[in-house]
Amino acid sequence: MNPELGQVALILALLLSALQCVLPIVGAWRGSRPLMATARSLAIGQFVFVALAFGILMWSFWTNDFSVAYVAQNSNLSLPWFYKLSGVWGAHEGSLLLWMLILNLWTVALVVFGTKLPEAFFSRVIGVLGFVAFGFLLYMITTSNPFLRLLPAPASGADLNPVLQDPGLVFHPPTLYMGYVGFSVAFAFAIASLLGGELKSTWVRWARPWTNLAWGFLTLGIVAGSAWAYYELGWGGWWFWDPVENASFMPWLIGAALIHAQAITDKRDGLRAWTLLLSIFAFAFSLLGTFLVRSGLLTSVHAFAFAPARGIFILVYLAVVVGGSLLLYALRAPKVTGGKSFALASRETLMVIGNLMLTVACAMVMLGTLYPLVGEALNIGRISVGPPYFGPLFLILMTPLVLALPFGPLSRWGKADLGVWKRALIRIVALAVLAGIVAFVLRARGWYQLLGVAAATWVMAGVALFAIKRWREAPRGKRYPFEMLGMMLAHFGIGVFIAGAILTRSMSVEQDVSMKPGASVDVGAYDFHFNGVAETQGPNYRAQQGTVVITRNGKHVVTLHPQKRTYVGGQVQTEAAIQAGVFRDLYVSLGDSIGGGAWSLRVYDKPFVRWIWGGGVLMMLGGFAVVLDKRFRLKRAVEPETVRAKPEPAAPRKLAEGEA
Amino acid sequence: MNPVRKRRLIITLLILGAVVVATGLSVFALQRNMTYLYSPSEVDAGKAPDGHPFRLGGIVKEGSVHRVPDTLTTDFVITDRFQSIPVTYTGILPDLFRVGQSTITTGKMVDGKFVATQVLAKHDATYMPPQVKQAIAKAEREHRVPKTAQGGGAP
Repeated sequence: MNPELGQVALILALLLSALQCVLPIVGAWRGSRPLMATARSLAIGQFVFVALAFGILMWSFWTNDFSVAYVAQNSNLSLPWFYKLSGVWGAHEGSLLLWMLILNLWTVALVVFGTKLPEAFFSRVIGVLGFVAFGFLLYMITTSNPFLRLLPAPASGADLNPVLQDPGLVFHPPTLYMGYVGFSVAFAFAIASLLGGELKSTWVRWARPWTNLAWGFLTLGIVAGSAWAYYELGWGGWWFWDPVENASFMPWLIGAALIHAQAITDKRDGLRAWTLLLSIFAFAFSLLGTFLVRSGLLTSVHAFAFAPARGIFILVYLAVVVGGSLLLYALRAPKVTGGKSFALASRETLMVIGNLMLTVACAMVMLGTLYPLVGEALNIGRISVGPPYFGPLFLILMTPLVLALPFGPLSRWGKADLGVWKRALIRIVALAVLAGIVAFVLRARGWYQLLGVAAATWVMAGVALFAIKRWREAPRGKRYPFEMLGMMLAHFGIGVFIAGAILTRSMSVEQDVSMKPGASVDVGAYDFHFNGVAETQGPNYRAQQGTVVITRNGKHVVTLHPQKRTYVGGQVQTEAAIQAGVFRDLYVSLGDSIGGGAWSLRVYDKPFVRWIWGGGVLMMLGGFAVVLDKRFRLKRAVEPETVRAKPEPAAPRKLAEGEA
Repeated sequence: MNPVRKRRLIITLLILGAVVVATGLSVFALQRNMTYLYSPSEVDAGKAPDGHPFRLGGIVKEGSVHRVPDTLTTDFVITDRFQSIPVTYTGILPDLFRVGQSTITTGKMVDGKFVATQVLAKHDATYMPPQVKQAIAKAEREHRVPKTAQGGGAP
């Protein structure tokens, strides 16, 4: 009975979303307060029903209701309870339901925290979100119903894909979706402002905390996915330029550009049209990501089965959303363009360069990701585009960005001040060279390694110089407002990330070896001693567990137990054993038995690999910190005109108004 | 030209230049780094590039997997039920590598043997590259192999 209730709840949510995308917008257009007032209750009502459906699906998993086809396919009796619950989003239908739930969470958050927005604007925003929800609910109900029955019900289900039986499943999809879907808020703000023909760009300030929050979540989601792939796929890589990774990386790049463009529009009233466009594209790429991953066009861990109807629906939906938005943009944007001009050597210029590099990088990634699909469609042949394409190009595109990055915060809004640049340049170069020399003394060899240290220092030194400058120039208590703190954290995070990425790549020692019990192998400064393999039993798998004792100069470091698991469903899954550390990871993964008692093993020494994710976490914290800034606290229901006071860029105090 | 316009012109030109360079680089890099996927039949017909890396997709033929003792080298045969290509790979095979399972290998032909640098077995148990699927469907129609031979599992 319950699953049918879930189905009904979804249908009710669909109806409410249809009303939500019509009534408030009509209300805003007609100036009818009663109609506008429906926005809140419709949004909350929709949330209640979607949450109900989600809860019911979770309950079906919890109670092993295998008469629900989705549960039968993705769970079984012996599955541990936490994987049962997170198994809800372990496959296509449930993850769409999660997508919907998160969209509703964002909408409700807007209802709660956006009470001070002008009513007409707010109604339009909720209306646009209603449209987004309508599309997805329709998609779910017509092509991907999670509540389909399977009769007669099997005694136990199949199994959750063993790759997914990992704590990563608990965190990665929800955070990633928080990011994806979060961009719908910035999108809705942009569309609402276009619909309303807002001449002022005050909406950008309202949108900024939401965008930063979404971007922070997306960063976290990508970091979680990368870390998960690192230890679960059993080959120690952290980024593969796999199409599904690219799918999440594209909105991230655009989101990063959008955050900065919004800052310019908010503070300097420049780049209005560009900010609008990026708002549209950030969400469009989120949809494209969902499409790529969920349509089954790409085969990977994330794609479950190919169903043409699903792919076509999302494609049409994507075309409607993006095409419609761009059409609206083309019609309305000429009215809003304009804004202040700025000098060539100003902070704006640097941020525009950054924006440009990020967008071009996104275009590059898109080209490489979609080309194989296009090639297949046009019958050119089955092509794959891999790391040799993405890696070098990304490096080339990001180099100017990294080089320019320290100077952005240090330079002025609007005005050229080459003196500042020159002084900063000298210091930063000096610090970077110094770091390179220190690294050399510490036995870093190879130009790639030294370059990595120098580049990381370059970025971090820029942040440090900025921190010092603020300490000296700004009055106590106003030195580091949250917005600026966020910027510093995120920029510093980029430095940490660069160090991690480059040092891991250049210093890792990776070996595939065949070992008999009792044999040893030297990897870097460590000695890996293989003590053979024994059978063990897990809750829902049998495993062959190896024992590897790692010593350094005869001293015991750690004993690792890599496993090769065979799950009840018969699937085999390698579970790497990792000794994680701030400065290095030791990584062992078990291959196959290759006869004569010998096993193939992967043994890695990976220095600084944690820094990659550490940098990502700092970027995420940066995004979150910005949200707390006083600047974004709305005092009252403002009429759009009042906020924009005249900026007076010349005064030194003005430096206090940082960037994001 | 007034200074504002001049500035705008410079910025526009910079952007344009960057876009042109980026597009050029991308297309160039794309052309150099694409690898094509071929089925054993296509390789047999001489369609695959000689001496260049490409991807070979198909099914691991039954009874063809042999380990070279005391090394990490494995020899096996990839087939689309019409033609078969011998493959050799040194390294650790992925979890899902199994006889009868669809596999994609990257590498190049050396003396009639495909020397693979990477072996992928897709996580989706039912996955099969489309043209391999077509070839196998054709083979089945012509009753060259029993239907059960192609593995697969989940619905």
